[in-house]
Order: sequence, then C-alpha cells, then structure tokens
Amino acid sequence: MKSNGYDDSVVTGFTFSALFWLIIGLLVGLLIAAQMFLPALNLAPWLAFGRLRVIHTNGLGFGFGLAGIFACTYYMLQRLTRTPVAFPRLAKFHLYFFNACIALAALSLFAGMNTSKEYAELEWPLDVLIVVMWVIFAINVFGTLLKKREGQMYISLWYIVAMTVAVAVLYIVNNLEVPVSWFKSYSLYAGANDANVEWWYGHNVVGSVFTFPILAMFYYFLPKSVNIPIYSHRLSIISFWSLVFAYLWTGAHHLMFTPLPEWIQTVAIAFSIFMIAPSWGSVVNGYYTMQGNWDRMRSNYLAKFFIFGITFYGLQTIQGPTQGLRTLTSFFHYTDWVIGHVHMGTMGWVTMIISASFYYMVPKVFATEVYSVKLANLHFWLILVGQLLFTITLWIAGIQQGAMWKATNEDGSLTYSFLEAVAAMYPYWKIRFVGGLIYFAGIAVFTYNLIMTVRKAKVAAPAAVPRPA
Amino acid sequence: MDIYSKPIAFAVLAVVVILVGTVVTMFIPLFMPATQPPGDFVKPYTAVELEGRDIYIREGCNNCHTQTVRPLRTEVARYGEYSKPQEFAYDRPFLWGSRRTGPDLNRVGGKYPDSWHYQHMDNPQAMFQQSNMPAYRWLAQARLDTSYTAKKVAALGYGYSPQDVQRQLDDFRARVTAVDYPSKEIRNKVTPGALKGDLTELDALVAYLQKLGKDVKTVAAEASAPKAAEAAAALKNPYEGNRESIEEGKKLFAENCSVCHGADAKGKLGPDLTTKKKKFGDTDGDLYASIAKGRPGGMPDWEKTLGSEKIWKVIAYLRGIEGKQ
Repeated sequence: MKSNGYDDSVVTGFTFSALFWLIIGLLVGLLIAAQMFLPALNLAPWLAFGRLRVIHTNGLGFGFGLAGIFACTYYMLQRLTRTPVAFPRLAKFHLYFFNACIALAALSLFAGMNTSKEYAELEWPLDVLIVVMWVIFAINVFGTLLKKREGQMYISLWYIVAMTVAVAVLYIVNNLEVPVSWFKSYSLYAGANDANVEWWYGHNVVGSVFTFPILAMFYYFLPKSVNIPIYSHRLSIISFWSLVFAYLWTGAHHLMFTPLPEWIQTVAIAFSIFMIAPSWGSVVNGYYTMQGNWDRMRSNYLAKFFIFGITFYGLQTIQGPTQGLRTLTSFFHYTDWVIGHVHMGTMGWVTMIISASFYYMVPKVFATEVYSVKLANLHFWLILVGQLLFTITLWIAGIQQGAMWKATNEDGSLTYSFLEAVAAMYPYWKIRFVGGLIYFAGIAVFTYNLIMTVRKAKVAAPAAVPRPA
Repeated sequence: MDIYSKPIAFAVLAVVVILVGTVVTMFIPLFMPATQPPGDFVKPYTAVELEGRDIYIREGCNNCHTQTVRPLRTEVARYGEYSKPQEFAYDRPFLWGSRRTGPDLNRVGGKYPDSWHYQHMDNPQAMFQQSNMPAYRWLAQARLDTSYTAKKVAALGYGYSPQDVQRQLDDFRARVTAVDYPSKEIRNKVTPGALKGDLTELDALVAYLQKLGKDVKTVAAEASAPKAAEAAAALKNPYEGNRESIEEGKKLFAENCSVCHGADAKGKLGPDLTTKKKKFGDTDGDLYASIAKGRPGGMPDWEKTLGSEKIWKVIAYLRGIEGKQ
C-alpha cells in the first residue's frame, strides 16, 4: 500500500493465482478419484489416470502450494524487514512468469512429456524455466533481506531462507538429465542410485515446500491473528536447526525393502524417528502460545484454522515416522494408507494454514474486513469434514488391502488374488470421492469469500486498491 | 556474532546443515559400487524394448504399478523372486513406483503370452470384470515413432550402432507381423488395417513388459529345471475322482484359469484342456508341473499363489472333463 510503502500488488496476484490452481488441481483430483472406481472415465490419452495424477500432484503442490507460499512470503518479507520488496518490477515479472511456467507444465504433462520421477516429472526445458523462476524469487528474497531495516530476522524468515536454498539444491540435483530431444531426456543416474536421488528429493521437496514455508506462515500469522507473541523463541531455534538438519537424512524411508543398500534405509528410519522432536517443537510452541487464551478458538476463526492446522502437522509427523518402521512399512507401503497420510498433510496442515494466512492477509492489503466470517467458518468445517472423511477412509482401506495382500492359507498359499483386493477397495474409493467433493465445496466457499472481500473493498474505497509502491 | 541478523551468513550455514545428510546418504552412495552393482546376467533393453519403456513412462504407468518385489514371503509368492539391485543397472530413470493400484510388474515378463497383453490393453474389463485398469486402445492405433531411437540408445550408452538399432527394429517387426506369430490373431484384431504390417506403440510396450524380470527368470530356470522334472514325474493326484474336490476344482478353474483357457476349458489364449492329449505331457506329474511351475509361451506358475492342494483339485476337475467330446 502507498501508506506503508510496501508493494502488495504481487501478494494479491499470487493469492488469486493460488486459488485458481487450487480449483484446477482439485477438479483433476476429483476426476482421478472417480476413475479409481469408474475406469470408463479414462476418456482420452490426455485424460487417462496415468497422466492426470501427475497434473493433480504438480498442479496442487507447485501451482497452488508455491503460489500461496510466494504470496505469503512477499507479504511477510516486507513486514518482517520493514522494507519494501527490493525489486518490485522483478516481483511482478515473477508473478507472470510463474503462472506461465505452471500453465506450460500442465500442458506438457497432458501431452505425456513426463520424466516419471515423482514431483519432478517436468521435462528438461521446463526444468530450466523453473530454475530461472526460482532464481528470480531468490534475488528478491535476498535483495530485500540485505536492505532490511529490522536488525533481527524473525523465525519465519529463517524458514523462508531455508526453503529458498534447499529447493534450489534439491531441484537442480534431482533433475540432472541427458536430453535426446526438446521433449525427452533420461536421468543422469541409473537404478538404485536414481531411486535414492529421487527420494532424497521427493521427501525433502515436500519438507521444503510443505513444511518450511508453511511453518513460516504459522509462526508469523498465528501470533498476528491472536495478538499474542510466540511462546518460546529458544524452542523455535532448536526446532528450526534440528528440523533442517535431520530432514535431509530421511528420504530412503520411501524405499524400504527395495534393492537400495540396507544401511541407507536404516539411517533413514533412525532420523525419521528423531524428526518427531523438532516437528513437535513447533506444535508445542503453537499450543503454548495459546495458553490461557484457548477461548479464542471459539471467538477467533483464524485461531481455529491455525491450531487445527498445526495439530494435523503434529499428527502427520508422528504417523510419517512410524509408518516408515520396517514392520509397518511392509504392511502399509504401496497401499492407500500412504495416500491417506499425504492428504492429511496437504488437505489438513498445508491448506488450513494457507487459508488462514490468506484470510488475515487479503483484508489487511485492501484495508478492509473479511467479507463473511460465517462463510469462513463454513469453509473451515467443510474442509475439516471432507479431509477427515477422505483420510480416515483411506487408512481403513489401506489396512484392509495390506491384510489381503498378506493373508495366507494353511499350506502357505495366498488367500486372495490381487483382483480380489482391488474389488474390495471400491466402497472406500467411493467414500473418498465424497470426501473430496465436500472438501471441494469448502474451497469453493473460500474462493467466493476472498473474491467478495476484494470486491467489497473496491466498492467501499477505490483508492484502497493496492498499487506498486 | 549474531547469525540471525546476517542473511547471507545464515543462508550459508543453512546450506551446510542441509548438505550433511545429503552428502552421507545421497552423494557418497553414488560413488559406492555396492549401491548399483553391475550384473553380468542382466542385458540392456533392445531398441524396441526401450521405446516400449518410454511409452510406459509417457503414459505414467508407474503411477499405479510398482517394479520392485520386496523380500517378503507373501510378496515373493505373489510376484516371484524378489528384486535384485543388479537388475536395474540400465534403468534410467528407475521405475520402482510408490503405489500398487495395480500389481507389481517386475516379474511380469514371460508370465503371459503376448496375446494376453494385446487383449488386456484393448479391454481389461473384458478379461477381469472387476479391474479398474484403463483401456489403452490408442496405443495399438499409433505407429511407433522411431526417429529418435538411435539417439536415445546413444544417450544411454547401450553400445548399439545405428545399424544395430535398425536391425533390431526390423527383426522385431518381422517377428510380430509374421504369419506364424503365435499372437497374430489378437494383434490383428486390435491393430487397425493400415498398421498391421508396421510397428505400433502397443507392440513396443508389450515387448518391454515381456522383458521385465526375464533375465532373472532365465537364471533361476536354468538352475532348477532338471530337479523339478524328476520330482514331478513321480507325482499322483490325491483327489482323483473325489466329487467334492472336483466341484472345488471347477470353481478354482473359473476364477483363475478361464480367462485364458476359456470358461469351457476349450482354449482361448491358452490351449484346449478338454483333449486327452496335452501340450506338455499327460501324466498327473506333467499336469502338476505345468500348473505349478508354468510353461514357456505364457503359462504362469501357480504353485506359490494357489498351493499344491488347489492345483490337485483343478487337475481332478480337468480329468473329469477331458475326452468328453
């Protein structure tokens, strides 16, 4: 805004980009959820499950997730440094360039340009564009930090810096490939090495995108929303350094019982269990911040989002390490249990925190109040119920599927054919679809509420519309 | 010195902290031969198999199918020998997958005849009504693009010359378009007229699927073949003529065998089983060996999934219907 000198136009731009990709990604998610029990819905090559699943994960992880992160980062960065963004025109370019990258990514995946490495499916020309996009972002992050007028960097900035450097290292190393044409390349690594590099990346990109910046939002927007400082600065220091240290050791828990050397798997389990401590450091810090003020869960709708969000983060970070243990992974891995696990993190933790951050941020940027607290509450309950129905159903499905795969007769032969175990999943897959629908309804309410908030502000005071500083 | 007020120093420290685990668990293993040992029994993909693999990647088959059999008892029973690191020396990228919406494919090579795959890709639900596998009809309707094949093989360093690549492609086309190609009938059914004499994307994909695990199976078969034949010859069916067992065998046949041998056992993808003369021998021992251990050309091995009792019941059922007409 003009008055404080901050450039929030890019914050708004990224906020609504995030909502756009969120809707697209969820629609694709609903379609592939239906394809699980209605294979006839695989209508065309570009609408087949194998291609759409990748668009779902990339569209939500990188379209919605990153846009939301960029929006909140530009907002927090300026306020925590008390400095306008260093290169506002570059930030503007970042916004358009990012959306172009995501659109091209979606088109290329529809066309079957796909390296097959999970969360790194984009072919090499797009990898190059993504790296350029990230460098543009990093220039503004560090440019602004170097010009900062606030002496100390607050916790949120640590996580933003960690994300900025970690994603760069992870993305470049995992995507090293040998091109054979504009549309095709082969990984630089082979076999077990490729698997190890991929899951070092796959696990940590989730950490760097779905943990570090989301924690940055949590540490900034929760205290702001409830107007109470964070409980312990010292605890946040311990949590931060142990989290960023331990995260990078754990990728191989995605590769238990595969031909990857056993010592790498064992080290990964040990560090995964350790990770419970730093994760819960943040959870506890959040809970203690609310100490004596728990009534705000009723009076302040934002507190509800943040506390439920961090609770799902806490559950996620206990479930994750335990399901990586050898005994449990031999039962749960490759089943729908893991899909349930992922969705508690994304639909519970990530989306709840981003939602609340947007609810805090957008009215502030437009100097107004949120359009409807009632709708925000409706949004909260819809995404909570949708997510729980979705994840709990898949956990039960995973238990049944794992048990059916392992069941044996007295003579040691298998009790169920693979097909019988597939057929047993249909009821669960249908309930999961319903969970997804409820969740989608919540997101539709969310989008409407934010659009109306901006509209209301524009009608009330046209001058309040942000312009570049 | 306060690190929290110096962004560049902070970023450098963060990178160092991040790199410790990275170097130990990811970077150093890249240079340890034990991580991805070479294996002399594993052969690189042929040009056709490689093109098939690229179609597998393009269609995102790895989103539903894994390619690692874990060393767990039930998993080995279901899919076969557990996966060895040597097998993946030529896999760039690896395709181990993370979810089994469909079964693992690391041992699918040679399990079924080509005809099974042609029919399955064309209409999975016609074979398995409850399957949620999408139909991949369009693969049979697309000519295989081989304009980059030589370049791909060169990039992967398989050591074939462009002439080798051309010969492999020509040989394979000759094989699947030959008049005596065993899966000719179904291939012709799913392939449009204009492409019948050409290589389609589905041809390449089937070639790739038939390669999966083949090298390991060859080693295992060579080691156990003579012993198995000896042991089988002496076997006798404990359920012969037992009416209850025959009924049970009939049910087992319908569930497991009818997809290929037909509901009436008169043959479809697999041979007619109602004749007294069987393709691989007629004694109880021969039949048991055929079912338990599988036969070349597409008979899967059922010993570990069904167990010996059920196999004998199926044989008892087959004895009851053979030579009736």
